[in-house]
Amino acid sequence: MTRSGIVGWTLAAPALVVIAVFFALPVVIGLALSLTDFDLYALADLSTSRFVGLDNYLRLLQTPLFWQALGNTLYFVAVGVPLSIGLSLAAALLLNARVAKWQAFFRTALFAPVVTTVVAVAVIWRYLLHTRYGLVNHALATLGIDPIDWLGDPHWSMPAIILFATWKNFGYNMVILLAALQAVPRELYESARVDGAGTLRQFTDVTFPLLTPTLVMVGIMTVAGYFQLFAEPYVMTQGGPLRSTVSVLYFMYEEGFRWWNLGFASAVAFVLFLIIFTVSAGLWRFDRDPAASRP
Amino acid sequence: MNPRLAVWVVNGLLAGLAAVSVFPLLWMVSVSLMPAGASTTLPTPVLPPAVTLDNYRTLFGGVGMGRFVFNSLAIAVLATLISVSFNVMAGYAFAKLRFRGRDAIFKALLAALVIPGQVAMLPLFLMLKPLGLINTYGGAIVPAMASVFGIFVVRQFARGIPDDLLEAARIDGASEFRIFLTIVVPLLTPVLVTLAVFSFLGSWNDFMWPLIVLTDDALHTLPVALAGLSREHVQDNELMMAGSVVTVLPVLVLFLALQRHYMAGLMAGGVKG
Repeated sequence: MTRSGIVGWTLAAPALVVIAVFFALPVVIGLALSLTDFDLYALADLSTSRFVGLDNYLRLLQTPLFWQALGNTLYFVAVGVPLSIGLSLAAALLLNARVAKWQAFFRTALFAPVVTTVVAVAVIWRYLLHTRYGLVNHALATLGIDPIDWLGDPHWSMPAIILFATWKNFGYNMVILLAALQAVPRELYESARVDGAGTLRQFTDVTFPLLTPTLVMVGIMTVAGYFQLFAEPYVMTQGGPLRSTVSVLYFMYEEGFRWWNLGFASAVAFVLFLIIFTVSAGLWRFDRDPAASRP
Repeated sequence: MNPRLAVWVVNGLLAGLAAVSVFPLLWMVSVSLMPAGASTTLPTPVLPPAVTLDNYRTLFGGVGMGRFVFNSLAIAVLATLISVSFNVMAGYAFAKLRFRGRDAIFKALLAALVIPGQVAMLPLFLMLKPLGLINTYGGAIVPAMASVFGIFVVRQFARGIPDDLLEAARIDGASEFRIFLTIVVPLLTPVLVTLAVFSFLGSWNDFMWPLIVLTDDALHTLPVALAGLSREHVQDNELMMAGSVVTVLPVLVLFLALQRHYMAGLMAGGVKG
């Protein structure tokens, strides 16, 4: 091997070993585990667990709570992602407007929730959403809306978590979209204006097409992230009321680390991975295939 | 739209959004300074009727929050030091050094980005058990010691280093490791700061893995301890808000101080760390 070959390997080795041993290997073991009946009673001894083929996956499909968790998670993704990205885009457009003042200050303020700790801000929001003392209900009362039992009513618990997640996360995509907006050449707007395009037409004809690749990337990242919902329900609702906020990962955590059904929980992890992968691949098509992005 | 009206509408909306973003954080500080029980009176107070530090005293005295602060700090600092070192070494190697399998390995790393970390958590827990790493700082930092995202960002940046510069040093007889330490690392300093901020924030804010691997109360990080406390002390709002302040304030201050570097990383990767 050449001198730079040896050096290259030596420098890359520590990171590659870490990733191989503490990420790649567990993923492979997890796949193997999901095909066994490994549980608490076998914990002391791996050899007592048996190969059960796809039994865990079949059992999963017959577990009502899994379907409920999947339904809750899809609800969170289907409503939360468009809401978050919509707000990110709106905020980015406002910040990018030529008349916007104190841009740096506003950007920092809107971004601040992103760097905070989910658990800590979930504690704040749990109180903000309190039926009796919460300021959210007080604000609604000024509009003449009766108090909502945000975290105690199974119809409102998921909307409450979506509201919280939107507040916490929109700043992240806002910054990425703002950078993409700033990269749009000003001349394009000038020529659109010469052609008689108003503000709305400038957005649909100039901004939006140029923004599509960034929106797709942001969409894929946000979908993947939102499918991994866990800390929010853990702190705010503990999966309740009536299991209305049990997410797929929350279900996996309970199966794996509360009931120690490790083979079964591994199957849950892989199903979640497959779902995220499929949805991401579907979104990816919008970027690659221009026809798919036209309604 | 009338231009003067546009100024008002745009800035008014921005001010409204900023208020909604920042208010819960300011209110958290306000409630943390209220005497016990004050926040659950009607009408709900926005400012403390009387300012007190009692909640912080209880937190650090009775609850032993100091230990959790120390745990969080130790784990975040260790994870940051190790991951930044490993990532910069690997990122430079992938950018500038030719070695067998380099491009294939890099492609495999990028492909691995689609696998969510939670897939590895359960088996990793089982692997760490016989190694005696459950309930240790080591167990908590192990998955964070290197990241594909970090390697990727360093590689992007390191590709900009002129080859002539490295060649000249080689002709002068400098060893590859000397070149790395005296030429490459100083040139990469901005990206190292960016990575360090990302890594520190990621580790400090992480919840699920420390929750799994640190079951011993004495080793809990701030988020894990806070989640436990919030389940026990549902009624003690003021105390919980003080706990939230202690958890959030360090990362907010760090972010405000190093904001430029953080935003740079966001642009460079566009990928969540």
